[in-house]
Amino acid sequence: MPSSPARYSRSIDWVTVLLYAVMLGLGWLNVYAASYSPDAPAGGLFSGQSFAELMQYNWFKQILWIGTALVLIVVLVVVDYKAYDTFAFVLYGAMIALLIVTPFIARPIAGSRSWLELGPVRLQPAEFAKFITALAVSRYMASINLRHQNFRDQLVLAGLTLLPPLLIIAANETGQALVFAAFLLAYFREGMSPLILIILAAAAVILILALLVPKLWLVGAFTLILGGVFAFNTKVLRHHLPLALSVWAVVIGMVFGVDFFFNNVLQPHQRKRIEVLINPSADPLGVGWNVTQSKIAIGSGGLVGKGFLQGTQTKFDFVPEQSTDFIFCTVGEEWGWLGTTVVILLFMALLGRVLYVAERQKSVFGRTYGYCVASVIFFHFAINIGMTIGLAPVVGIPLPLFSYGGSSLWSFTTLLFILLAIDAYRKQDLVR
Amino acid sequence: MQYLEGRKYVVHAIFLAVALVFGARLFYIQVLDGSYKLAADRNTLQRLVQVPYRGLIYDRNGQILVQNTPVYDLMVVPREVKQLDSARFCQLLQLPLEELRTSLKAARAYSRVKASPLVQNLSTPELAAIQDNLIDFPGFSIKARMARSYKTENLAHALGYVGAITPAFLEKPKYAKYLPGDNLGITGLESFYEQKLMGRRGVQYRMVNVRGIEKGAFRNGEFDTLSIAGQDLHTSIDIELQKYGETLMAGKRGSIVALDPKTGEILAFVSAPLYEPSILTGKGMGNRYMELLNNPERPLFNRPLMATYPPGSVFKLVNELVALQMGVVTPETGFDCNWKLVRCTHRHEPPRNLSIAIKNSCNPYFYQVMRASVLRGRSTNKFEDARLGLAEWRRQVMSFGLGEKLGVDMSSEKKGLIPSPEFYDKLRGYHHWNFKTVYSLSIGQGEIGITGLQMANVMATIANRGYYYTPHFVRGIGQGGPLPEYTQRHVTSVEQRHFESLIPGMCAVVDGGRGATGASASLAHYGIAVAGKTGTVQNPHGEDHATFAAFAPANDPKIAIAVFIENAGFGGSSAAPMAALMMEKYLRGKVNNPRWENWLIGPGTDRFIRHH
Repeated sequence: MPSSPARYSRSIDWVTVLLYAVMLGLGWLNVYAASYSPDAPAGGLFSGQSFAELMQYNWFKQILWIGTALVLIVVLVVVDYKAYDTFAFVLYGAMIALLIVTPFIARPIAGSRSWLELGPVRLQPAEFAKFITALAVSRYMASINLRHQNFRDQLVLAGLTLLPPLLIIAANETGQALVFAAFLLAYFREGMSPLILIILAAAAVILILALLVPKLWLVGAFTLILGGVFAFNTKVLRHHLPLALSVWAVVIGMVFGVDFFFNNVLQPHQRKRIEVLINPSADPLGVGWNVTQSKIAIGSGGLVGKGFLQGTQTKFDFVPEQSTDFIFCTVGEEWGWLGTTVVILLFMALLGRVLYVAERQKSVFGRTYGYCVASVIFFHFAINIGMTIGLAPVVGIPLPLFSYGGSSLWSFTTLLFILLAIDAYRKQDLVR
Repeated sequence: MQYLEGRKYVVHAIFLAVALVFGARLFYIQVLDGSYKLAADRNTLQRLVQVPYRGLIYDRNGQILVQNTPVYDLMVVPREVKQLDSARFCQLLQLPLEELRTSLKAARAYSRVKASPLVQNLSTPELAAIQDNLIDFPGFSIKARMARSYKTENLAHALGYVGAITPAFLEKPKYAKYLPGDNLGITGLESFYEQKLMGRRGVQYRMVNVRGIEKGAFRNGEFDTLSIAGQDLHTSIDIELQKYGETLMAGKRGSIVALDPKTGEILAFVSAPLYEPSILTGKGMGNRYMELLNNPERPLFNRPLMATYPPGSVFKLVNELVALQMGVVTPETGFDCNWKLVRCTHRHEPPRNLSIAIKNSCNPYFYQVMRASVLRGRSTNKFEDARLGLAEWRRQVMSFGLGEKLGVDMSSEKKGLIPSPEFYDKLRGYHHWNFKTVYSLSIGQGEIGITGLQMANVMATIANRGYYYTPHFVRGIGQGGPLPEYTQRHVTSVEQRHFESLIPGMCAVVDGGRGATGASASLAHYGIAVAGKTGTVQNPHGEDHATFAAFAPANDPKIAIAVFIENAGFGGSSAAPMAALMMEKYLRGKVNNPRWENWLIGPGTDRFIRHH
């Protein structure tokens, strides 16, 4: 327990708190704009509308979510920091159990059984899987040493990381499952071979190229490059011929396997999202509509935007999911390039600060957790904004602290403030 | 441990790289690429065109001829149609089931959520029959708009009609402001004065949401324009005279054009066979139009402007005027009725002077008049002499507005033909023709063609003793006067005194006693002197065409008229009394002439349609 509130206050990282507050405030303004309708002015808190009437508006519900998030923050920082370490696996076990039962007790909403209803409140357990898994893998990371290439340890870590997303995929919520890939960045920081990141990145590039370029060209070009490298350096060829041949075989296999993966592994709607990314005019009224309208809304904002509440594309419902997954469209349309740049800078500042905080942790647990937080936020940021401007496939994940929604707000609040709680006591760690 | 700390820079670099890519991409789509702004406007802006009230058309006495009336289109939104009782629906609309099916299919193909017309141009009574029952048929609604309606059964050829713009028109730059489905004047005055009648369209920009529901004005309407109603046309037509003319022409083929010589205003404009203007409006207009188009009698053919006939004996007047102006004859000149090259229609007193020649329409006399004006010894070569003579003759004839478009306020006017030397060079070869080739021009036959309007205009010119105003239908547009080109006097190359010397002969045609060819046109019992000339036009297709052209009163002309009845034989027996009845109607306001009325429109009038 903190020895005194004053000391506690000095040790909390106020820069992060300030960034959090600013982003939450700007996010709420944009949720208000997105749910504002010119013919039914959203009234306001003092318009005399009843609570039930106000509950129709996302901006009002978001106020309630923010209020509860503040309560949550107090709880998170008051709890003894050691509890996060101690109970990490207990929480993980409870979460796995919840993820398993969720599809059985949840009502299907938009094709997925991933939302639990507690009275008027709807919660998505997958959101909380993020911070709990982050705690669990950090805890495990503190007990092993990745650099020693202990295969058993690596297997356990992989299992801890993969189990929640597999359960989430089973509940048909693929977007949330993909987020867990972000943990690789934290593992990289702790000593994971960079080869894994490189191979994954190369695989992604090859897959995309295989969809864009005729396959025989791709195979020919790759063979030429490989052949060229060895022709200039025959010494390498002698030493690494089996490796070179197997890399060549794997790449060729991937190139020709793309179609199989595309047609047999991906579900139709997922296939469409990738098709649309490559060619926005495919499926113009389905997923392509979302992407096209989203780009139109953002693109029409210009340099300085149309002004607060003046967006036409978002307000007249051309952009779907405008206060949740596509909230960045409102930013782009009403605040222009200046607004979107400010949002990107705020994210960079927050991520940089989180990494800074993570690096100053003396424990592997704290540092790994910090990197997990940064990675998860970064993944949401990259995929969410990327999809609104046509650089990433349409994956239904929110923009942290900006999108409307209680689960995601609580989830990111928890992620951040557990880190701040751990950080506030790092000096005690020293003493210990 | 130390080397792993460097990895934080890798993570930083990844974060920064993504942020930079986003910033650049956003800069491109938000600042550099303007196409997204256009796309946003296309999304939300809806252009509503307000079609203004089309101008009305009045006759010279202020009587409304053409007005606007609401008609109704039955619209359908295919998605909202539920459990359609098609049998009852078809019975209600008196629509064949097959037609309903094809129309619904077409509507679905256009849009499932937008309204498209199922049945167009329902009249108010037709609407009343279905309106109350429409509530049983969800998805169907009524849309009102304005259409033309006619307060007269006459004047169809001059009024023209209004119809939907065709895709071919839409591609022309002149019609750039029109949208598919817009109406415009297609023929007649409706077409010529389209720009005045249509007024100016208003445009309103509305913002709409993704479902097309209106969300208010765009930028408080600063780009909106109000529509301006079309201007009314005040025509010079006397609708009572017109109606009477159409009664006289009913069942015949031909034309009547009556002008006010003092202004060039067209008083009556009859083209037979006739049709009612209301045929080309409202429900089923397309089918009725095709019926008119395919009718072998060609009722849509605008005869006064488009039918060019040899003028026959009426043209002798022009010939004489040209010869008088050239000084090759005088009013006292006499010729033999010698039957040498041209025969005369009948035996008559010797044409000792011009008046006797006109009264008897003596062919040999006018043959010799033209011979004198063409062959003047300008060249020793008789071929060249004929060429030079014909060229000079033609120049003077054309100063009467013949052989070229008069410029009436209606398109589709024909030029007619006054042959040039080059015309005969082409026909016969250079210097392979002489006066004997062209002599039939002297009596208005042969290679010559003039329209009914041109013939009436020749009469107006003689009535004015030497000048004319371009004939026109419209004497006032909105609050203003006629188009400026219609107040300009056109003077012929023939001096006034020569016209004066023609008139006694023309009066003698009507009131010259024994042997007068146009005695049936006499209004002498009312004290009105009619100056006129008969014509009987030989034509290769059968019975002669009857013509009569006249003006009255001879010394203060108020009306000039040309009547053309196809295949009706001698001009004096049908065209002359018809012209007289028309002049009586106009000058006295009523007609008391049962003998000629009965002759022209009583029993047995099928003698006026003798098919070839």
